[in-house]
Amino acid sequence: MNEAVFTPLIGLLITPLIWATFAFILGPKRSPWIAISGLAIQSWFSFELARQVSLGVSQQHAVGSWGAPLGIDLAVDGLSAAMLVLTQIVAFIIAIYSRSYFKPNDAAAVWFWPLFGFLISGLNALFISADLFNIYVTLELVGLSAIGLVAAGGGKQQITAALRYLFATLIGSSAYLLGVALLYGSYGTVSISTLQPLITQDAPQLVLIACGLMIAGLLIKTALFPFHFWLPAAHGSAAAPISALLSALVVKASFYLVLRLYLGPLEPVASHFAWLLAILGCGAIFWGSWQAIRAAKLKRLIAYSTVAQLGYLFLSFPLLAELVALQAVTMQIFAHGLAKAGMFVAAGILIKATGEDTVAGLAGAVERLPITMFAMGLSGITLMGLPPSAGFLAKWLMIDAALTQGYWMIAFVVLAGGLLAAVYVFRILRQAFLLAPPHGEMNPVPRKLEWCAFTLSAASVILGLRGVELMHLVGVGL
Amino acid sequence: MIFALCGIALFTMGLLGVVILKNLLRKILAFNVMGSGIFLVLVGLAQRQDNPDAVPQAMVLTGIVVAVAATALALALIRKLHSLTGQIEFVDERDE
Repeated sequence: MNEAVFTPLIGLLITPLIWATFAFILGPKRSPWIAISGLAIQSWFSFELARQVSLGVSQQHAVGSWGAPLGIDLAVDGLSAAMLVLTQIVAFIIAIYSRSYFKPNDAAAVWFWPLFGFLISGLNALFISADLFNIYVTLELVGLSAIGLVAAGGGKQQITAALRYLFATLIGSSAYLLGVALLYGSYGTVSISTLQPLITQDAPQLVLIACGLMIAGLLIKTALFPFHFWLPAAHGSAAAPISALLSALVVKASFYLVLRLYLGPLEPVASHFAWLLAILGCGAIFWGSWQAIRAAKLKRLIAYSTVAQLGYLFLSFPLLAELVALQAVTMQIFAHGLAKAGMFVAAGILIKATGEDTVAGLAGAVERLPITMFAMGLSGITLMGLPPSAGFLAKWLMIDAALTQGYWMIAFVVLAGGLLAAVYVFRILRQAFLLAPPHGEMNPVPRKLEWCAFTLSAASVILGLRGVELMHLVGVGL
Repeated sequence: MIFALCGIALFTMGLLGVVILKNLLRKILAFNVMGSGIFLVLVGLAQRQDNPDAVPQAMVLTGIVVAVAATALALALIRKLHSLTGQIEFVDERDE
């Protein structure tokens, strides 16, 4: 075996662990720079990896040179490379934002940086793993560090939200693990590539149960309607950069796993669930949007919008026979990831400036914080799916796939969801354009924060103009 | 097989406990019962042949470590909640 010892793939795993540990040792004063430089290197790694994958260079690594079935395999294909790129970019910008957002003596900052690093390393490991049990471990890494982040502020609401999130996520991962146990009992392996040819149409009933358990567990973690009960509290009460990380990346990780299992080893069995997933997705779009339209708090509104936007991802399951649908899903993951991160980050600025987390308190924000509101608007464009944003491209591809396969209902739901999104986005914008109350003073906010929000939101729009590479990348290795 | 069935029974009981019980400490205990059920399934299903399989045992060890970490985190959060509110149950906050 003559493998290169250090590849971008290994770098993506190890770098965040290193900087997270240093951030823990060195404390909140010095950790921002360590984190930012670590994430800069990781971003480069992820682009390099994506470039190699799109050129067709296979990316595999057997940990400690122990291959499957005994060892743990790491593998990257187009889909996981795309997820890695999204994770590093969003994390990089959020790190820059957080440096100015948290004051050095902020209690949350002490825990934020190390947990942030562990979260990112968990996410990267999750996207790279090719082994169902290893995926369970990474799921728990992601879940536990995400809960730590929610609780970092230490307020009563945050602790309660973190505990609810903890129990939801524990049930989810336990169900997943039981599914893995049943699969191991049936086939004697947990390596995805070994399982792939073993599971067939006429698999025993036990495999169907295992598949149901794994997918149900992941749905709880993804907060698909009606399992979304924990999400609005957790994402709504955490500090803004943390909400952005959770909404943009963490829920996508468990969705990615559903997708990976559905397209990969469990495909013959899981296709029974396709319409169920689509119906739940449809429910998520309508219920999430409705709650977002009614929410009084700004971050609650954005959190419910996440519930709605996750619905689109599940809506596409019956269509996945065609590559277009997978491209649509990936585009939606990117669009929502960037736009929602931008939105939460912008909301964090608005809350800092107005001192309250309500939609009503936004009056006059346009005059005082034009860049932030512009970012909010750009994110809104992506969520509504207006051209030329990435959200538009995602919805366009989804409708295209739905119509060519004759499922016009799905196309209808996509369009209706866009209209509902317009209602809640315009609730924010309308309020912000109102004249400021005469005595209303806004706290000054560092410009850097505003530009971070703007970058994320603008990226979600610009990606719509330049999505070719991404679409090509997703098709690799399927 | 009897181990696996027993494991499924434990898992179901634990799951019910986590969902239904009000007291957070009991919820944690129920979660641990649930975890033990899964471990029993893992070890039990693989033991159909006479020679025991080492791989699921390694998995169970890993799983125990994860469960301990999760339990520790949960207990720390519950202590914090107790010091803030004096309760170890969810206060139903339909906020505003």
